[in-house]
Amino acid sequence: MALFDVFNIAGSGMSAESVRLNTVASNLANADSVSSSPATAYKARYPVFQAIQSSLMSPGAGADPTQTADAAVQVRGIVESTAAGTATYQPGNPLADANGYVYSSNVNVVEQMADMISASRSYQNDAQVLETSKSLMLDTLKLAQG
Amino acid sequence: MPLLNLNAYLGIQPDALKVYSQRAEVLAANLANADTPGYLARDIDFRAALASAGSQGDALQPTTTSADDLTASSADGGNVSAADGNVTTDSGGVSTEQFLKYRVPLAPSLDGNTVDSQMEEGQFAQNTVRFQATLTFLENRFSELTTAIVGQ
Repeated sequence: MALFDVFNIAGSGMSAESVRLNTVASNLANADSVSSSPATAYKARYPVFQAIQSSLMSPGAGADPTQTADAAVQVRGIVESTAAGTATYQPGNPLADANGYVYSSNVNVVEQMADMISASRSYQNDAQVLETSKSLMLDTLKLAQG
Repeated sequence: MPLLNLNAYLGIQPDALKVYSQRAEVLAANLANADTPGYLARDIDFRAALASAGSQGDALQPTTTSADDLTASSADGGNVSAADGNVTTDSGGVSTEQFLKYRVPLAPSLDGNTVDSQMEEGQFAQNTVRFQATLTFLENRFSELTTAIVGQ
């Protein structure tokens, strides 16, 4: 029954959004981390989402991807931001390099907060879909029982 | 004496229920992929899907000519084939996959995603209410039947 697939689809969405929330938490926690070289400085991380058709992964299925109803989501991978971090002159810092500079992360805190709200809203949407489908299924099970 | 044909008695409501549940799946997929780059939102052409379901239902009305037919057709109906590892239920069912259409985006985003979460939420809520209305219709049909059987 199609409503059973809703649980998988909404569940995959919640899982992907929680990975996104994890990266936001990691980025915010490391927003003020410093390092002694630009290469080792913390880089903001972002998940890459990709739609998957579960019916395409079953053996012998030659279905057209545009013609299958079920499109769950998966996290394809995590990419690091290539934006430049800032170099700060802090000769007293134990991590400072020979010229007295420390290199901070390239995390944009405002962008991360916006990303967090977006992920949280998407998670709520998926949770709501799950809840609604569950009550529909329970209503169907109770059909004609008085 | 003609037996009660339960399919005819319940009318289009069971088919409608199937189409609603498949539409719920499509809308859930849209919401799950709200942040997937390049994902194109889809929906079911409900009128065409239900019309097809109704005509399929007529074509699959079992006709009994002798007592033996009844056992034969009930063995075929709702068969479960587990040949290639995945279980498919073929109960004269509604397949809505050919009625999937891409949504016309109101405000497409730069990453190619055409899901509008608010609109999908609205469609999902509407689908839910209609599903529940269909359940109520079915519930009433069953209680009529119970009244007729019990006779009081």
